[in-house]
Amino acid sequence: MQLESMYQEIILDHYRHPHHKGLREPFDAEVHHVNPTCGDEVTLRVTIKDAGGEPAVADVSYDALGCSISQASVSVLTDLVIGKPVSEAMDIGAEFLALMHSRDGAEPDEDVLGDAVVFAGVAKYPARIKCALLGWMAWKDATAQAIGTPDGEHR
Amino acid sequence: MSIDVARIRKDFPILDRTVRGGRPLVYLDSANTSQKPRQVIDALTDFYERHNANIHRATHELGEEATAAYEGARIKVAGFIGASDETEVVFTKNISEAINLVAYALGNVAGGRLRIGEGDEIVITEMEHHSNIVPWQLLCQRTGATLRWFSVTPDGRLDLDQADDLINERTKVVAFAHQSNVLGTINPVADIAARAHAAGALVLVDAAQSVPHGLLDVGSLGADFVGFTGHKMCGPTGIGVLWARRELLDEMPPFLGGGEMIETVWMDRATYAPPPHKFEAGTMPIAQAVGLGAAVDYLSELDLAAVRAHERNLVERALHALAEIDEMRILGPTVPVDRGSAISFTLEGVHPHDVSQVLDDRGVAVRAGHHCAWPLHRALGVQSSTRASFYLYNTPEEVDALAEGIRTAQKFFGVT
Repeated sequence: MQLESMYQEIILDHYRHPHHKGLREPFDAEVHHVNPTCGDEVTLRVTIKDAGGEPAVADVSYDALGCSISQASVSVLTDLVIGKPVSEAMDIGAEFLALMHSRDGAEPDEDVLGDAVVFAGVAKYPARIKCALLGWMAWKDATAQAIGTPDGEHR
Repeated sequence: MSIDVARIRKDFPILDRTVRGGRPLVYLDSANTSQKPRQVIDALTDFYERHNANIHRATHELGEEATAAYEGARIKVAGFIGASDETEVVFTKNISEAINLVAYALGNVAGGRLRIGEGDEIVITEMEHHSNIVPWQLLCQRTGATLRWFSVTPDGRLDLDQADDLINERTKVVAFAHQSNVLGTINPVADIAARAHAAGALVLVDAAQSVPHGLLDVGSLGADFVGFTGHKMCGPTGIGVLWARRELLDEMPPFLGGGEMIETVWMDRATYAPPPHKFEAGTMPIAQAVGLGAAVDYLSELDLAAVRAHERNLVERALHALAEIDEMRILGPTVPVDRGSAISFTLEGVHPHDVSQVLDDRGVAVRAGHHCAWPLHRALGVQSSTRASFYLYNTPEEVDALAEGIRTAQKFFGVT
């Protein structure tokens, strides 16, 4: 059975007990993203704070309907980016995107990705990559709106 | 009355392969696209190896052969659906194009008495595939007509009590599925068509899910337009069909302009070829049409009533097996009456994507999502579902593999 390579225990834990779930106030930007192939959806809010002259992620809150992969992915995301400078959080997002598009390839960088390395197995299933990216794309979009920069290229 | 499934399976080379590290393939996704018999694959190869040329314009022997094969496929399709006149069969690339062709023609100023405008109403249903929703939304946006729809009852049937209100003197088109791609529900076409015709409306039937099972006879159906697609009926992708009554095709303006759909062309105007060629602009999917003809031959050689009986047995077995699973909700009719061979379900505690992933790991191919019927899922109060669909080559053992896989998914995700 190859299932365990995708459904790592950490993913199932986050799915059953999601972190930082629920929509909170105040927030600087809110987005609603949908995966049109399956109807999974996430409403996600970000709050930005100033950390020594540079924007940082104060909070990410969300409400989501979806499969284990999309739910666990947004939960792991919140653990990784809350409290980080936006620039560092964006680097993590870029690394995660690269991992998802690597297909059997590159060793994920655990120093950057932390728990998110467990999603490496998802990259082998093209149909599920969008599930893993749903929350990340929403977060990137909301953060770009909150700090007033144009959105990134991966919409 | 029975069919030899083991013999039929030998005709489908793909059913021999394994998936996911050696698991035998259990293909339960035929409502999405069917597998192809050797006879169809050979027809495509033979066409490209022996007869390939453009049709209706090549003045050489290959061109004659290609044209004869293409037009021969049209005659076969006409025979298969009970059409007495093959010029009523228009080839398209799929059913989406067939429905768009009609919706576009009816919104075109050149449409004459068929033209739709402000104050007119189009009636569809909540159980439609997106391909029988969005073209009508676009038509209404272009013309100012109003879109209305039948609701679906909790047990997955059309709420026909709404017919008197919905179908009235303002109604210009009533468009609906012969068989739901999600629920399996078979709709009472003749009944709805009679009401629509009494009100002076045209009737379009989406037969994508019924034609593969030999359920379509346009002579008795009562529809004015019928669309279906080749790839769900053992044929290739890239070829679909619009059948329409000839006098409607005569009146309708062309959909796409281009080569082969013309009679004469000047710099400022053109006249058009008679149907069906008026609607077949540009080089058509010729080999695919020939392949569809081979698919029709293949199906016609079977006892289709026996095929349907076989499929009904599979559905009955599946409905029983699924009903015994805890946390299971079957969407649509739970009895095999007026219902085809697609079964969609939800499982409390396990998302459809995760159900299908576990099934896939065991070699069982199903579909998860909204199956291009998002409004229907919303109406039934579910976000998405898992769908298993059965066809002539499926076996009772494969139904059992489905049920066993669902139980495994429940165990894996800790639901039972």
